[in-house]
Amino acid sequence: MNLLNHLCYPNPTHTPTPNLNLNPNLNRSQIRPSSFGTLSFWKIICDTKLHYSYPSIFIYGHRASGKSHVMHVLLKELELPHATVSCVECVSVALLFEQVLLSFFGCDAASLLPRSASLSDFVRIYRQQCSQSPAKQTRYIVMEKAELLRDTDANLLPALLRLQELDNVTIILLSEIVWDKFRPNTGCFEPLLLHFPDYSKGELHTILSQDRHPSYSDEFYSSYINILLGVFYSVCRDLRELRHLAALNFSKFCEPLEEGKETDTHKLWRNIEPHLKKAMQTVYLREVSSVQWEQMQQTEEKENGALRGLSAHTHVELPYYSKFLLIAAYLASYNPARTDKRFFLKHHGKIRKTNFLKKNEKTSNHLLGPKPFPLDRLLAIFYSVVDSRVAPTASIFSQISSLVTLQLLTQVSHDDQLDAPKYKCAVSMDFICAISRTVNFEIVKYLYDFL
Amino acid sequence: MSTSSVSKGCFVFKPSAKKKKTLSLADHFIHGCEGAENSEKRFKLCQDLWDQIKTDTEVLQDELNRNILDSLLDFTRKCSSTRQHSDWASQMRASEIPTAALVLGVNVPDHDMTFQSLSDLLQQSVTPYVASVQAKECGALKHLIKRVLERLMGTVVTVDDEEEEEAEQTSAQHHKSVHCSLSTLCDWYNTKTKKSNTGTPGKKRSSPVRDGPQQPPVVIIFKDLEAFNPRVLQDFILICSRYIERLPLMFIFGIATSPSTIQHLLPHSVSSLLCIELFQSLSCTQHLATVIDKLILTKQFPFKLNGKVMQVLISIFLYHDFSVRKFIKGIQLALLEHFHSQPLSVLCCKKKEALLNVMQLDHLDLERIRHLLSFKRYVEKQEPREQVDLLTDDTHLKEVCQKLIKDLHKYHKNYYPILRCLHTLTSSLPRYPLGKQIRELHLICLEKNVWESEDYQSAMKLLKMLAKDELIALLQRCAEILQPAKSKKIKSALVQLEDMLTKFKQLDTVAAEPPPTVEDSITSPLKHLQKKTDLAQLQKTLLEMNESRRAKKLSPFEVLRNEALEFIDSLVKSHLSPPESQVLNEVCYYTSSATVRRHLNATPRTSIQAALNSPFYYLQNDRLKTEDGTVSNAAPDICIVYKLHLECGRLINLYDWLEAYATVVSAAEGNDPDSDNFGKVDEVKHARFIRAVSELEFLGFIKSTKQKTDHVARLTWGGC
Repeated sequence: MNLLNHLCYPNPTHTPTPNLNLNPNLNRSQIRPSSFGTLSFWKIICDTKLHYSYPSIFIYGHRASGKSHVMHVLLKELELPHATVSCVECVSVALLFEQVLLSFFGCDAASLLPRSASLSDFVRIYRQQCSQSPAKQTRYIVMEKAELLRDTDANLLPALLRLQELDNVTIILLSEIVWDKFRPNTGCFEPLLLHFPDYSKGELHTILSQDRHPSYSDEFYSSYINILLGVFYSVCRDLRELRHLAALNFSKFCEPLEEGKETDTHKLWRNIEPHLKKAMQTVYLREVSSVQWEQMQQTEEKENGALRGLSAHTHVELPYYSKFLLIAAYLASYNPARTDKRFFLKHHGKIRKTNFLKKNEKTSNHLLGPKPFPLDRLLAIFYSVVDSRVAPTASIFSQISSLVTLQLLTQVSHDDQLDAPKYKCAVSMDFICAISRTVNFEIVKYLYDFL
Repeated sequence: MSTSSVSKGCFVFKPSAKKKKTLSLADHFIHGCEGAENSEKRFKLCQDLWDQIKTDTEVLQDELNRNILDSLLDFTRKCSSTRQHSDWASQMRASEIPTAALVLGVNVPDHDMTFQSLSDLLQQSVTPYVASVQAKECGALKHLIKRVLERLMGTVVTVDDEEEEEAEQTSAQHHKSVHCSLSTLCDWYNTKTKKSNTGTPGKKRSSPVRDGPQQPPVVIIFKDLEAFNPRVLQDFILICSRYIERLPLMFIFGIATSPSTIQHLLPHSVSSLLCIELFQSLSCTQHLATVIDKLILTKQFPFKLNGKVMQVLISIFLYHDFSVRKFIKGIQLALLEHFHSQPLSVLCCKKKEALLNVMQLDHLDLERIRHLLSFKRYVEKQEPREQVDLLTDDTHLKEVCQKLIKDLHKYHKNYYPILRCLHTLTSSLPRYPLGKQIRELHLICLEKNVWESEDYQSAMKLLKMLAKDELIALLQRCAEILQPAKSKKIKSALVQLEDMLTKFKQLDTVAAEPPPTVEDSITSPLKHLQKKTDLAQLQKTLLEMNESRRAKKLSPFEVLRNEALEFIDSLVKSHLSPPESQVLNEVCYYTSSATVRRHLNATPRTSIQAALNSPFYYLQNDRLKTEDGTVSNAAPDICIVYKLHLECGRLINLYDWLEAYATVVSAAEGNDPDSDNFGKVDEVKHARFIRAVSELEFLGFIKSTKQKTDHVARLTWGGC
């Protein structure tokens, strides 16, 4: 392992200058400046025209740490035969096999796969094709989002890891999760582990600076990125998010420049800082779409803060009885069933909270989350909560199921269970308070936690 | 059936072609319809009216949705055009999938129409590539992709013969349909757009839009976002974002609850791939208000609903489903029922036609008119000679009926403008004594004489306190409402109202110099006031001031204001009387609220209990008839078992139950009560009992329990 680690992070001073000519003009790229060292290592690993490479390599690192990009550039620059498959796209394993065969042997081979192909079909055809066109150099299969492989057939991952027994082929798994979470119970061939560390601030700066606006100079853009990172680096290190922010706020940054007022970076910083602070509140959650953000910046002088994010719109209009059904569901979810008598019976006598308390119930029910309740209890509470007499009509029941489709309630029992289905209430305290205000119902009085 | 054969045997009789003819709508209507003579005419009237209502509502719906649909169309156009731009900002954004979050409200079944017109509009003006998917058909990612591919490629493919074959091939091989992936779609899209760009336009009919953008966007509509499996949705968006460079995708999310549901469904890593813009549609209550305004509160349709039916329909809407579509269905039901059950509904049509129809009434119909409650009341008010004429002379009655029908139409002509006037005046008053919405006021007016209600009095009191500019603005709006009306009475009312308005305005110029006497009377005690400081004295003077002010002569404005309000009051009294007071109102007004309620708001449990309690209600067998609410012992087994189980507590002993059942059934069989066999359980009775009990269990009245052996638990409470 020590050796591997050493391989993974070779001291940059000891490595020869990389002769990989990475195109610096690649727009929207996630080039790792410090991975040149790693790249040279890769060159050693991958430049194996004749001898076999390592059978499987597992690369992990956070989102947007350049895993896919490095692999992509590398395999392209070295002109290695490879197949890149995104596991999220492979709704069936057959699709995965088809894509691999397609990029190695062309569509003829892919069409040989039978309908709903299994692993053995794949192996058979792969072997058959191999014998026809033997590998001149190592073939590479890159699997993005490899963590999804865990959900497929149990034999797939171990088989892929041993695919080299078929042919001179190396499988490269890209994942955001560490290998320990992959290892199947039955054991498998251990891949070569590689970790892509997060970008440092300097690296982020270099990468972000590459998205230069064509009409501005390099230094200018780079200073803008500097300011941006100064504000956001403490809260966000996601490259994608930072790039998004950089694109959004650049026009605002340039505004005084276009008006011909300022050229001094320091003054520009003064100008942009409040906007960036504002962006920190809304844009990071993508509450406001980028188009809307731009529009807002244009109209900002006129109406201040008129635009509200997605989460600000929580108001839901419901029919009258649906509101009460939801309230009843909330009460049933957060009150222990024993206490129903105290809340909904007219002459319940004086029962204090302490009488009800069991040892384990000292924690608030709101901290524990909603509990499932049967339909009967929901209806019983509903009839006692709603102020008028309601006939048990079909539409009351259909309202319950439409509340389930709207995801305000969730059905806990299985769909097939017609007899006494169980539900949970899935709305928040704030939401239910707003709902009960509209029907003049004081829900807090009926909640055991707030007694 | 007879045969010419001499021998015995089985013969097959094929139904003759004539008999096979399915019943048309009209036949269904005429069958079992009250007063069959003019039923065809009524059916035609009914259908014409319904067609008119239907087209009107469709137009209305389109109009209501126009704003939001237009902005959505703009959004799609803008998105597809910015994709082709190459400026820096839009390039930086190119990896985001443009998404419209369309908030439509909780009445999900109503959305279908909106989405239909949306996709039609999109296909007409923006892009031929529109696919809409529903959650229930996309349980897994595979199915979702398959649906999208089918809808996108299928709709366009069918036009082209060559490609249709290919599609058939694929479906025959089942090869490509299994490996449905977005890359297939991508290739297809590329060939499509390339073809339509280079191909000869005469031959290619595949894409209906010639002048559209070079790369029309591919729009995917998720009709009910909440119901989608979040996992499926996330994966789909992840896949789509991989293809966004090659395929100009666009999403439209149909949201029923609130936009924040997007954040509940999608984690940040996924939602950051979208560029979401929010579109809020009209709320359904506003929608209903417009529908009522255009459909109910108009003299255009001769068919009317009475207060109770309106109340039922509106409460179903507000309490149960928020569905405008169901509301209109309710109107349709009432319409059908009215024409079906009321023979005189033949007069429920446009005035001219109604007058003609009056002349064609036969004796039976005229007798029906004589039996109408409103007509009887009318007759009672006439002189004795006239009464005799009305009740005996058919031709005279016809003439009178024509007059009455005319009166009824006049009443409607005046009713609605005045109703609107009253609503404008009262809708802005504090605490809304006569309701916020016009439908509430309409309901009050339908029920009783509105001017006799307390709310009306308090509203009038509040109106008497209005300031001048407010009152003038309100009256001005009233005048605008009365403007288009054609009836004589309304016209004269309008003249009077305008007269008053000019007087109000003249008041400004006249009142520029207020009469000094008034000034004096107010200021003189004030002067006194400044001198005195004693609290009791102050109170006294204030009271005095109040008295004097009340007693003092009214200012010209106040006089005019009272005059105006009295005028409004007189208008209300003469025109807003409830329809029940009108003669022949039964012709136009549908009154059976119970029928509407029964049909639209079904109560399954109540009807099951009714069936079990009184089987005669459904079976119509005379033997089952009982007086005192008990079940006859000849009733079906399940009714007897049900009745017996009502007498038990929470747990029922099965054996006791069986014994009781056997006794009842023996009595029904007419066995001698003194004989040995009476009440004995034989095998048949046992089997019948078991069947009845399991039927009860199936209906959910009892269930088996482990608390006690040989017992079942009752699931309902209350006994007989």
